[in-house]
Amino acid sequence: MIQVNVKLFASFRIGRFDREIREYPQATTVADVVKELGIPEGEIGILLLNSVHVDLKRQLVDKDVLAIFPLVGGG
Amino acid sequence: MDKILRINMGASGGPSQAVEKAGEYTALGGRATTSMIVAKEVPPDCHPLGAENKLVIAPGMLSGTAAAMSGRISVGCKSPLTGGIKESNAGGQAAQVMARLGYAAIILEGKPATDDLYKIHIDKDKVTISVDNSLKLMDNYPLVEKLREEYGDKVAYMTIGSAGERKMAAASIACSDPELRPSRHCGRGGVGAVMGAKQVKAIIFDDNGCKNRQPKDPEKYKAANRAYVEGIRKHAVSGEGLPAYGTNILTNVLNEAGGYPTNNFKTGFFEGGTKISGEAQAELEIKRGGLATHGCHRGCVIQCSGIYNDKDGKFLTKQPEYETVWSHGGHCGIDDLDTIAMLDFLDDNIGVDTIEMGVAVGVAMDGGVIEFGDCEGAIRLVRDEVGKGTPLGRILGGGAELTGKAFAVERVPVVKGQALPAYDPRTVQGIGVTYATSTMGADHTAGYAVATNILKVGGDVDPLKPEGQVDLSRNLQIATTAIDATGMCLFIAFPILDQPETFDALLDLLGSFYGIEMTGDDVVALGKKVLTLEREFNKKAGFGAEDDRLPRFFKTEPLAPHNLTFAVKDEELDELYNWS
Ligand code: SF4
Repeated sequence: MIQVNVKLFASFRIGRFDREIREYPQATTVADVVKELGIPEGEIGILLLNSVHVDLKRQLVDKDVLAIFPLVGGG
Repeated sequence: MDKILRINMGASGGPSQAVEKAGEYTALGGRATTSMIVAKEVPPDCHPLGAENKLVIAPGMLSGTAAAMSGRISVGCKSPLTGGIKESNAGGQAAQVMARLGYAAIILEGKPATDDLYKIHIDKDKVTISVDNSLKLMDNYPLVEKLREEYGDKVAYMTIGSAGERKMAAASIACSDPELRPSRHCGRGGVGAVMGAKQVKAIIFDDNGCKNRQPKDPEKYKAANRAYVEGIRKHAVSGEGLPAYGTNILTNVLNEAGGYPTNNFKTGFFEGGTKISGEAQAELEIKRGGLATHGCHRGCVIQCSGIYNDKDGKFLTKQPEYETVWSHGGHCGIDDLDTIAMLDFLDDNIGVDTIEMGVAVGVAMDGGVIEFGDCEGAIRLVRDEVGKGTPLGRILGGGAELTGKAFAVERVPVVKGQALPAYDPRTVQGIGVTYATSTMGADHTAGYAVATNILKVGGDVDPLKPEGQVDLSRNLQIATTAIDATGMCLFIAFPILDQPETFDALLDLLGSFYGIEMTGDDVVALGKKVLTLEREFNKKAGFGAEDDRLPRFFKTEPLAPHNLTFAVKDEELDELYNWS
């Protein structure tokens, strides 16, 4: 198993959590995490893995920090 | 908008007024109008606070019409902060009211020979310019309260606080919101100091008896507005994110991306970031009986703003913007929302740009004036020094560059004398290109590459690499310059970048209003024309290629967590204005 620090933001927090250390089997992808959390893929705006943009196919490793945002903007 | 009001504050015997035909400016607005007039009429080498500089105020092309989001007002002049051309725009009610009164522009020129302070009242029948020395050194909130006793609530106010009267280079011009709070500011570049130099304390717009401006093709216009509003509502950013969390939603995004400049640009991640994030702010606002969703002018359908109450549930300030939360927050090592909200109120009240002010305070912290993270100290500097015009306050109110010099700070984040906003160019390389090359000095709104680099709206360009950033920034700067002419709030860029049909609806709005065919090419041509004029002005004011650069420390000091420097080469930056 690997441990991943999952952080959710904005509307994705509603009914879920702000941040949690979660356990996953080896070879888990970002898409698997998103699915497990019940987040519709179409609503995802930004995925940051250890501060770098990634796509859903990326495999996770132990101690990764994954931040999941809906589409957001400002300025 | 077929007329221009010209007021010569320096006429012998007191200010004189004249109304001219708008001529070539009739079908223009906003930044296009202010920059064209400044480029044509202001000597580029004049002193920004002298009689030769002019303050030009212009509503957007669609302001004062039924079009949603059309309430931005532009103010232009030669900037006392940068020494170059300036256009600074704000929301609030002024644009709509001024446009309904029929003015394409108001030009304030000259300088009074006496030290009298003036107010200007404009209604549909006449313009009244009167001396009112009882307003001297009043700050914006009490000032508007006092003016309301005389002019009432059915008007729009544009005012300066004490900082504008003291001609501080960070001084702003406040525009009142629908509830008459002087909380929406033409902040950047010291436009308030130029109004102060003209000795105009307040402009009061009264559109009683005026109607909305009418489109040439009402049917098409109505349909276009409907499609436009639909497009804005359906996009996730303008329809959900901005209304619910405001612009401060970006604190967590930039922090997680490692691009949040912390403790005067020393690192890209702020430990206290979550405490001052948009999520935390919205929750607190609602808990205290404020509002997390509020429009800065009537006709805004995004409503990115809000109302921030204090601990006792009393109004403290409007919802601080992301850039303000950053400049007074992470940039200064401050992670307390109440402190930041108080500083936002003080800035609005005194009348200074929240970005310039916050960055200057952070630079002063780096110079040892107070410690990073000192909440009380930061409030004291703004309230008791800047607000009272002490020598230290005048240094801080002169902006980040002056503050850096005064306290011998090596790391001073400015371009063309204007402070960098809330995105580190080492992690968001595209916005670094905009900071370096914009005619305005460091300005995120001039070409918001953050959208494409970080938010992945309107395309995807890797933020950490130099490749593609110059092309990206160029295209955004051209498009933004055109949007700044329309009077539209820049946040419409999110839906129009992603949804071609919403962009078409905007073109149709412009086309059916003026009875012309508007294409994307026309928009690009307008943007290029205005940018070229601005750049020419800056050249004549003494700017060269060496001014289109970031401070050197961005090239030499790597920023954690990515440990990168700004890698776009000087030669590439010089290509930004090479278009044909
Ligand atoms: S989206 Fe925000 S800044 Fe834009 S017009 Fe509405 S309230 Fe004002």
